[in-house]
Amino acid sequence: MLRYTVRRCGHLLVVVAALSVLLFAWLRSLPGGPVSALLGDRATTQSRAQLTAALGLDQPIPVQYLRFLGRAATGDFGVSTGVAPGASALSILLQRLPATVELAVLAILLAVAVGIPLGYLAARRRGGWLDGTAVIASLVGVAVPVFFLAFLLKFVFAVHLGWLPTSGRQSAGIDATRVTGFFVLDGLLTREWDAAGDAVAHLVLPALALSTIPGAVIFRITRAAVLDVLDEDYVRTAHAKGLTAAVIRRRHVLRNALLPVVTTIGLQTGALLSGAVLTERVFAYQGVGQALALGFERRDYAVLQVLIIAAAMCYVLVNLVVDLSYALIDPRLSA
Amino acid sequence: MALMTRSRMTRPARPRPRATRFAALLFAGALAVSLAACAKSQRGEDEGAADAGGSGGTLTFGAAGAPHLFDPFYASDGETFRVSRQIFEGLVGFAPGSSTLQPELATRWSSSADGRTWTFTLRPGVKFQDGTDFNADAVCANFTRWFTQTGVGQNPALSYYWIENFGGFADHAKPSLFDSCATAGASTAIVTLTRATGKFPSLLALPSFSMQSPAAMARYEANNVAAQGESFSYPPYAQEHPTGTGPFVFAGYDQASGTITLRRFDGYWGAKAKLDRLIFRIIPDEKARLQALQAGDIDGYDLPNPGDWPILRGGGFNLLVRDPFDVMYVGITQKNNPALRDLRVRQALAYAIDRATLVSAALPEGSQVAREFYPDTVDGWARDVQQYSYDPQRARDLLRQAGASNLTVNFSWPTEVSRPYLPNPQRIFGAIKEDLELAGVTVNPVSKPWNGGYLDDVDNARADLFLLGWTGDYNSPDNFIGTFFGTLQNRFWLEAAPWGAALVDELHAADAEPDKQTRTRMYQQINRELMGEYLPAVPISHSPSAIVVNKRVKGLVQSPLTAEKFAPVSLSG
Amino acid sequence: MSGTRARRIDDLATRAVLPDTGAGLTRSAARRVRRNPMFLTGAVLIGSFVLVALLAPWLAPHDPAARLLEHQVIQARDQIPPVQPGFPLGGDADGRDLFSRMVLGSRQTLLVAVLATVIGLGGGLLLGTVAGALGGWIDSAVMRLVDVLLAIPSLLLAVSIGALFAQQGQFTVILAVAIVQIPIFARLLRGSMLAQRASDHVLAARGIGVRPGAIVLRHMLPNSLGPVIVQSTLVLAIAIIEAASLSFLGLGAADDSVPEWGQMLGNAQDVIDSHPQLAFWPAGAIITVALGFTLAGESLRDALDPRRSRE
Repeated sequence: MLRYTVRRCGHLLVVVAALSVLLFAWLRSLPGGPVSALLGDRATTQSRAQLTAALGLDQPIPVQYLRFLGRAATGDFGVSTGVAPGASALSILLQRLPATVELAVLAILLAVAVGIPLGYLAARRRGGWLDGTAVIASLVGVAVPVFFLAFLLKFVFAVHLGWLPTSGRQSAGIDATRVTGFFVLDGLLTREWDAAGDAVAHLVLPALALSTIPGAVIFRITRAAVLDVLDEDYVRTAHAKGLTAAVIRRRHVLRNALLPVVTTIGLQTGALLSGAVLTERVFAYQGVGQALALGFERRDYAVLQVLIIAAAMCYVLVNLVVDLSYALIDPRLSA
Repeated sequence: MALMTRSRMTRPARPRPRATRFAALLFAGALAVSLAACAKSQRGEDEGAADAGGSGGTLTFGAAGAPHLFDPFYASDGETFRVSRQIFEGLVGFAPGSSTLQPELATRWSSSADGRTWTFTLRPGVKFQDGTDFNADAVCANFTRWFTQTGVGQNPALSYYWIENFGGFADHAKPSLFDSCATAGASTAIVTLTRATGKFPSLLALPSFSMQSPAAMARYEANNVAAQGESFSYPPYAQEHPTGTGPFVFAGYDQASGTITLRRFDGYWGAKAKLDRLIFRIIPDEKARLQALQAGDIDGYDLPNPGDWPILRGGGFNLLVRDPFDVMYVGITQKNNPALRDLRVRQALAYAIDRATLVSAALPEGSQVAREFYPDTVDGWARDVQQYSYDPQRARDLLRQAGASNLTVNFSWPTEVSRPYLPNPQRIFGAIKEDLELAGVTVNPVSKPWNGGYLDDVDNARADLFLLGWTGDYNSPDNFIGTFFGTLQNRFWLEAAPWGAALVDELHAADAEPDKQTRTRMYQQINRELMGEYLPAVPISHSPSAIVVNKRVKGLVQSPLTAEKFAPVSLSG
Repeated sequence: MSGTRARRIDDLATRAVLPDTGAGLTRSAARRVRRNPMFLTGAVLIGSFVLVALLAPWLAPHDPAARLLEHQVIQARDQIPPVQPGFPLGGDADGRDLFSRMVLGSRQTLLVAVLATVIGLGGGLLLGTVAGALGGWIDSAVMRLVDVLLAIPSLLLAVSIGALFAQQGQFTVILAVAIVQIPIFARLLRGSMLAQRASDHVLAARGIGVRPGAIVLRHMLPNSLGPVIVQSTLVLAIAIIEAASLSFLGLGAADDSVPEWGQMLGNAQDVIDSHPQLAFWPAGAIITVALGFTLAGESLRDALDPRRSRE
C-alpha cells in the first residue's frame, strides 16, 4: 500500500513537471502576447520592442524557463499582466480557487441531491413513467450546451423575474470581512448573515447550470448500480429468506449501489472545471474559470501557468485519493 | 416573509425587460425557487440598509475590467482612468460634456511669446486627501517626479502618456519637451519647455498628469515600480494609497469580489460629492453588464454595445450618447504589397467602400462618415479636402489605370475585441470586404485575436489592409494625425512612400508652431494633403460611444473624452 | 491518474471481449439494439440530420452568405429582417437568410463532428494500438502522455489548442476538438488490446505462428470495433457541443460566410435579448442532434453490456 502511494505520488510529480515545461513553451508559442495586451491600439513598433525587452520576452524560451524556475524556487510565480495587473499570480489563485471550489461543491451537492434519489426511484420503478422521463431528461441534460443553459437560467430567474443576482460573487454594497476567501463560510464565521446569504444567492444559478452534467451522470450511474444490485444473488436470497422489502432496500440495495456512485462524485473534477470556464463567464463569477478565459484573451502567462498547473494538480490529486480508496477496497491493485 | 415584503418596498423599481418572449421559457425549477426566496430576502435587506444609511447613498457602476493600478501616471487604460478621474485633478481640466479646456487646480495660466514658459496661478486653499497642502512645491514635485523616472519607470507600458507627449526623461537619452519647473511663492508655478507645442497645456488635462500628494507618494514609495519576472510589480502607493485632491477618496479594492470603493472626500475644495460611496464593480462580459443593469444589480455601465442601445432606451434607462471623438480607418501598409504604393490604388480603395451604407447598417446612431482623420470638433479640420463618395466604377477605372486590375490584398481584421470606434469588427469587415470585391479587388481575409497576433501583425507592418482606429485623448490634431503618421516605420510603413519624410516634418513643424492661427492653417494644409495627395489610409467613420445609467441616477454628464465625473451625480428615489 | 473518463473508457474497452461471451457479443448487441426505442429515436434524429446536411444545397432557398436583406438591417433601431415570404425564419443581423443558414449550417456542423471524431479516432488508434500491441516501456511512455493530456480539463485543452493557431478557421476548431479526443480513444483501444492479449483466439493465433502485426490488424482491431463505435457516436455529440462552446468563448471560426450552428449560436449571444430567435434555432438544432447521437451511443453502450444481454 505504502509503495503504491509513493509510486503514485512520484507519478504526480512527473506529470506536473512535464506539464510545466509543455505549458511554458506552449503559451509562449501562441501568437500575440502580453505586450499587445498591455499596449493595445496605442502601441508603436518602438514601444513594443522596448516592452518586450523589459519583460525579458526577447530571450530564448529555455532561458525564460530557467529564469522562471529560479524565481519559482523563491516562491515567486510571476505577476499578472492582464487578469489583475500587478497582483501576483499566486494571490490570484488563492483568491479564485475558493470561489470555484465553492461553486463546484454546491453544484455537486445539487447534482447528488437530485441524481441519487431520482436514480434510485427510477431503478425501483424500472420502465415506469418516472424512469422514462428521468432517463430522457438526463440525456437531454448532457446534450444542452452548458453556456446556453446558464444563459437561459440567468435570463429567466435573474433578469426577467429578478429573484437572484445576475453576476458576480457578492452584491456591491456589502462590506464583508474576508477570512478564508470562501464567501459563504466567511459570512457564517463572522456571523455576517447578510453577506453569507448574499453569497449563496450569487451561487445558486451558476451552480444549477454547472450541476446538470454531473447530475445526469450521477443519476445514470445510480440507476445502473441499483439495477445491478437488484439482480444480484444476495438480494434474491434475501427475498427468498423472507426479509421485508424495506429491510432489503436499506441493508443491501442502497448500501451496495452507493459505492460506485460515491466514486463517481469524486471523479467529476475535470468536467466541473470545463463547465466552470463557461458558467463563470456567463455569470461574471470571479473564479478560476473566468481568470483562465481572461488570461487566454489577454495572454497573461503567469496567471495561466499557475492556474492550469493548479487545476491539473487538483484533478490528479483527487484521482489519486480515489484510486487509493479503490486500492484499499480491492487489494489486487496494491500489489 | 416579512423580510421579503420590506425588501420589495425598499428596492428601486425594477425595470422590466422588453423581451416577454422569454416568459415562455419558465421551466420548473422548484429547488432554485426555494433557494432564491431566502437568498432574495437577504439581498433586499442589505440594499435597503445601504440606501437608508447616508444622505447621498451608494452608486454602483459596472466596469469592464480591473484597473491596472491606481496611480494614473503609470497608466494608459480607460479602466484605471475612470477611477482616477474621481480621485485626482489636474492643473487644467475639461469642461463637463466637452473637450474645451477649463481651470481646475490652476485658476489661470499664461505663456511667454515663444510658447516655452508657462505660468500657472494655483487655486488657494486646496488640500490633498492626506491633509497636506496643494501648492507650487507640490506641482513642481509632480513634474520632477515624472521627468526623473528611471529604469522600468521609463517603459512605455508605464509612462505611456509622458513619453507620447513629453518625449524623454532627465537622463537626456531622448530629447524631452519638459525643461524645468520653478515656484514663485506658494501659488505660482512656472513650467519651462524646451520648445513650443500646440498640445500644451491641453495635455495637462490628461489623467496621467494629475496632481498627486508628494507626501503620500514619498511615504508609500510611489516610484518603486519594478520588473518582476514577465510583468511589473507596483508599489503600495499605486495599489492602496492613491492620494489626490479630488471629490472622492480611495477606500479599497476587494479583488475577490471585484469591487473598488470610493468615499466622498469631505475636505474637497469645491462642491462636495453628493454620493456617500461610489463603487465600481468589475464585470468583464458586456452582456453580463447589460443584464446586471436590467436586474438592478448595478446603476450604470460604460460603453454599452450599440446593438443594445434600443433595448436600453426601451427599458427606461438613461442612455447618454457622447459626441464622436474618434476615428475608424482602413489602414494601408505600403511595405509588402507594392501595388499599394500607388496613390491611384489607394484612392480606388476609398472610392470602392460604401461608407454611408456601412455607417447606417453597422455603426451606432450618430455615427458619421469620416471625411478626414479626426472629427470636425478638433483644430485644423479642413472643409475643402478631397471627397471619396461611393463609386465602384471609378474605383475599377483607377485600378485599371494603375495596372492593378487584378489586385489581391491580405486584409487583417481582429476578433475577440470591441472598441468604441470598432463596435463589431466582424460585421464591419464583412461589409468592406464585399464592397472591395465588387470593385474587383480579391480580398484574402486574415483574422486573428486582438491580443493573439492581430496587433502584433499590424504594428509590425505585416498586413496589407487592416481595421483600426483611435479615440482622442484631448482636443489636439497632433493627438490624432501626429500619433498615426508622426514616424516613418509604423503600421503604414511611410518609409516606402516618397512623401513620408515630408509628412513627418510637416507634422512636427505644425506642432511646434506657437501661434494658434498659423498652427490651425498648417494643420488644415496637412489634412488637404493627407486626403488628396497622400491617402496613407482610408478614414471610415466617427462613431459615438455611450454611457448608460438607470433612472435614479441624476446629474451625470457624458463627455466626448469619456472623462465623466461622478461628483455632481445624485440618486433619487 | 485516470479519471471517470478513463475508468468509463476502460470499462467500455473490456466489454466486447469478455471471455464468456466472445466475439459474438457485438453481433448479438446489434440485434438487440434494433428493437430499442431509444436507439430508434436517436437513429431517426441522426438520419434526418444527415439527410438535411447532404441535401442542403438543394433545400436552402438562398445563398447563406448573401446579405439579401441588408437594407432591412438598421443598427440604430436594432432592427433585423423579420419573417417574410421567401424567408421563413427571417434574416440574421447581417441581413442573410436565417433558414438557408440553418440548413447549410447542418452540413458544416456534420463536417465538424465527423472530422473531429475521425481525427480523434485516427490519433487514438495510432497511439492506442502501438501502446497496446507493443507493451513495455513504449506502452508506459504513451500512457503517461495520455494521462497528462487527460489531466487537463477537456475544454481548457481545446481552448489552448484553438489559441495556438494564428488563423481562426473552422479547421482550427475541428482540430482543437479532435485532439482532446485522442487520449480517450487511445486509452479505449489500448484497454481493448490488453484485454484481448490473453484471450483464446489471440493465443491460438500466436500459437499457429501468425505474425504479431497481423494479429493486431486481423484479430485484435476488429474485435475492438464495438466499443469504438459506441465511443465515436458519443464523441460526435461532444464535438458539436464543444465546437459551440469554443465559439461562445470567442475561439470559433472567424469567417461566418460558411455557417455552422455552434458559430451561429456563439455569435448570437450579443443579440440574444433583442433577437432570441437567432440563438434559439441553432441551439435547438444542436440540442436535437446531440441528443440523437447520445441516445444512439448510450443504447449501443447498454447493448454491449453483457450484464444486459438477458433482456
